[in-house]
Amino acid sequence: MLEIKNLHVSVEGSEILKGLDLTVDPGEIHAIMGPNGSGKSTLSHVIAGRDGYEITGGRIIFQGEALTGMEPEERAAKGIFLAFQYPVEIPGVANTTFLKEALNSIRRYRGEDELDAMQFVKMMRKKTEELNISDDMLKRAVNVGFSGGEKKRNEILQMAVLNPSLAILDETDSGLDIDALKIVAEGVNKLRSPDRSMLVITHYQRLLDYIIPDKVHVLAHGKIQRTGGKELALELEEKGYAEFDEAAA
Amino acid sequence: MAATTETLAQVQEMADDKYKYGFVTDIDSENAPKGLSEDIVRFISAKKNEPEWLLEWRLKAYRHWLTMPEPNWAKVGFPAIDYQDSYYYSAPKAVGDGPQSLDEIDPELLATYEKLGIPLKEQEMLAGVAVDAVFDSVSVATTFKSKLEEVGVIFCPLTEALEKCPDLVKKYLGTVVPYTDNKHATLNSAVFTEGSFVYIPPGVRCPMELSTYFRINAKNTGQFERTLIIADKESYVSYLEGCTAPMRDENQLHAAVVELIALDDAEIKYSTVQNWYPGDENGKGGIYNFVTKRGACRGRNSKISWTQVETGSAITWKYPSCILQGDNSVGEFYSIAITNNRQQADTGTKMIHLGRNTSSKIISKGISAGHADQTYRGLVKMSPKADGARNFTQCDSLLIGDQCGAHTVPYIESKNKSAIVEHEATTSTISEDQLFYLRQRGIPVEAAVALVVNGFCREVLQQLPMEFAVEAQKLVGISLEGSVG
Repeated sequence: MLEIKNLHVSVEGSEILKGLDLTVDPGEIHAIMGPNGSGKSTLSHVIAGRDGYEITGGRIIFQGEALTGMEPEERAAKGIFLAFQYPVEIPGVANTTFLKEALNSIRRYRGEDELDAMQFVKMMRKKTEELNISDDMLKRAVNVGFSGGEKKRNEILQMAVLNPSLAILDETDSGLDIDALKIVAEGVNKLRSPDRSMLVITHYQRLLDYIIPDKVHVLAHGKIQRTGGKELALELEEKGYAEFDEAAA
Repeated sequence: MAATTETLAQVQEMADDKYKYGFVTDIDSENAPKGLSEDIVRFISAKKNEPEWLLEWRLKAYRHWLTMPEPNWAKVGFPAIDYQDSYYYSAPKAVGDGPQSLDEIDPELLATYEKLGIPLKEQEMLAGVAVDAVFDSVSVATTFKSKLEEVGVIFCPLTEALEKCPDLVKKYLGTVVPYTDNKHATLNSAVFTEGSFVYIPPGVRCPMELSTYFRINAKNTGQFERTLIIADKESYVSYLEGCTAPMRDENQLHAAVVELIALDDAEIKYSTVQNWYPGDENGKGGIYNFVTKRGACRGRNSKISWTQVETGSAITWKYPSCILQGDNSVGEFYSIAITNNRQQADTGTKMIHLGRNTSSKIISKGISAGHADQTYRGLVKMSPKADGARNFTQCDSLLIGDQCGAHTVPYIESKNKSAIVEHEATTSTISEDQLFYLRQRGIPVEAAVALVVNGFCREVLQQLPMEFAVEAQKLVGISLEGSVG
């Protein structure tokens, strides 16, 4: 599904990722953990194709295709979804309008028929029911006036609608209280599927109590320092990231 | 950083997109000779078989015009206009005798409308909209007349109204915008050749949206429409005006005048989608749109609401205003102005509160891209007698790129202690975060910008009648393709 080899990335001249390797197979959930400033968000943005990140070495292969040089919207159309750490407000644009535009853009890119208003409404109804999301959220402007929890649930709703093959959750747990965290995790779990891989980026272990990963990687100083099973997360919770600081120092 | 640069590059790329409605129809025009003089004014009046009083009025306007300086307070720049280098009258030959139905219309003319996506025939069937189509200076078709006649609504070319109901025209023409008003309006008074007339009788709610499509076609023809709408007591009318223009090289002056009069308990809703040719990317060849639009709320509890979507023209100079004379009368101004490339716009409104408990609301959304420059200019005036008057103004500007400008110039004059005036203004830009977010969801950058801008304009778009709102949203998109990134 996703194969990253010896990836080097610089932002404004300073190297953030320094030879990162990562392989995610279809249906797997991988957690990326690491201290602040270790390059976690850089990794998610680089995969999604955000401007301002310079790839100085290595490559990212998604479903057998190199992503380098591809526009963000093309990557989205090919099935990459990024759940944002800080979802962005789009004033005046109703959530449904935005989602319909997004879904139909992707369908157009793939050469599929666009959904008309009726088909779209029907599909949305099904998705909101599955995820226990009120219709009210669809009518409101994208993320405007949403609580932290609502914003994250909205990200999960978008994921459900756009149905990506790779979902990256960038610090989805940040700013959520435990109840909101559970609700969001529940949504994510409903979207688990053998065809969908997920990359869960987090600083804390607690999210992984609810979203059980197949593998846990520790990212520090721009590289994967250690890889293990879900128990690694618990170990990190106990010991912290200090040992990786020492290893790199 | 890099992202901004890339966005700018995309803006540029899209700015090169050609004007989508640019084409010229090949029709013979019966032109008056070039230039402006008393003879030309007399020629126009004679062509129209006008009554003596109107000729006199035109001549007074012309003589006054000669003494007036060009208005120079707007924040726009352009070479001096050579008024002698323009034609002031042209009429498509095919309609000289006045067609009775669409079948009699020059087929090429109809084809032009079809290219614009406003075929009269379809409109007749589809939207239930009566269309008084202005092609150059002569109306070529008026539909739905009988339905309107049933309820006593008069909707016809102004010239025709002079025959049908001369007293009404004489009573109201020039009473909201006097012939001495400003240089452009005065010129219009002297040489106006066409426009619409609407009269809604007491107690009548006009059964359909009235709409007029304006279009400039003959080369070098200035457009001087004059529209007069009277809503008698307890009546209601919604009037739509929309236009696109064919591509051309010479700058064209468009100096229209619109006068609205609302009597007791009457309401007029006037909506405009303006898409005149804006010129090429260097600003060459665009229309000068110097329009005087004003409404008088003469009656108690009357209401006038202006909604405008301004995307075209090289220069826009336009301040649809309300004179709130009747007690409890209401004035509204909802505006979207989009400028791009080298376009310039100085637009806004005036709310003149004369009566007691009058209220006004101004919502202005300005979007500037490329090298465009845009100014919101608004006056809110509370006269000594306007006890309890209220105004709320909100001016939001959206900038795209770092070469464009947006300015807000509110004038507030309050001579009444009980009056309340509120003004809010914001300036923002489309953020890189927003664009990345939308693109990550699969929306291409052009569509992403259109979405953000449509969201920004939503409050105003919502004011438009349904059939117009769709067109306006598309237009916002089209303008952005060619202007915004």
